[in-house]
Amino acid sequence: MNTANRHGSATVTLPADREILITRQFDAPAELVFKAWTTPELVKRWWGFGTSEWLVCDIDLREGGSWRYVTREEGGMEVGFHGEFRTIEAPHRIVSTEVFEGFPVEDPDAAAALNTVVFDERDGVTTMTINVLHVAKEHRDAHVDSGMESGMQVSMDRLEDLAVELDRAA
Amino acid sequence: MARTPTTTDAFNAVAESSRRHLLDAIGAGEVTVGELVDRLGLSQPQVSKHLGVLRAVGLVLVRADGRHRWYRVNGPALKPIHDWVGSFERTWNVRLDRLDDVLAELKPKEETS
Repeated sequence: MNTANRHGSATVTLPADREILITRQFDAPAELVFKAWTTPELVKRWWGFGTSEWLVCDIDLREGGSWRYVTREEGGMEVGFHGEFRTIEAPHRIVSTEVFEGFPVEDPDAAAALNTVVFDERDGVTTMTINVLHVAKEHRDAHVDSGMESGMQVSMDRLEDLAVELDRAA
Repeated sequence: MARTPTTTDAFNAVAESSRRHLLDAIGAGEVTVGELVDRLGLSQPQVSKHLGVLRAVGLVLVRADGRHRWYRVNGPALKPIHDWVGSFERTWNVRLDRLDDVLAELKPKEETS
């Protein structure tokens, strides 16, 4: 069981109009993945990039509790995300909002996405899925507009599949 | 963020869901406006309007054959979108590969505690 085998195996798909789905398997029980996902000292070790300097990593792990991550990236730019926990079913499911603080709108909080993270354990292997759901079409469109620059979420039907298909056919 | 009525790149053009449905309806084949009207249940002027935008940004190509005009998706023009998904996927892969390392370290600790 070499965890290096799974490196680079996360996949991103666009299952519906306003959704993005990230899928990845881990050679660890759900309980451990949940712990690594929700414990600040552990989150700091994986969520940023190797070069990120952590400024804030707060997790108030209860329904209605909030979370906030702020890192300083190479070049000095500060990048912040925050949200609120809506549902916590340890160690299998977390529903929370996510706001990118640099989102180019007047009120980034109104443009929050709803993230559903599921840890499904079978025979010691945990399959994690993150479903990112954009609430409003205009915010999703703004994400698309700013997508190239900010690397924020985008959601578009089956275009990705189509692009791959056509790429192969070309 | 106000949207400009004319779109200048593939990302803007596909931000409108009708145009994504149109691309899906064209799919990997070649179709006429009439076929798209049937498939989508939109009016011919609506389909023509969206096709015009998609053609303007190069996402859709057209070929005249006698009295028919055949439309197809231009795969390479979808590449920026495909690249965006790829870049998002790479960001998550960096994170989750690091998470593997954290989990590998946690496991022995949990087993002995």
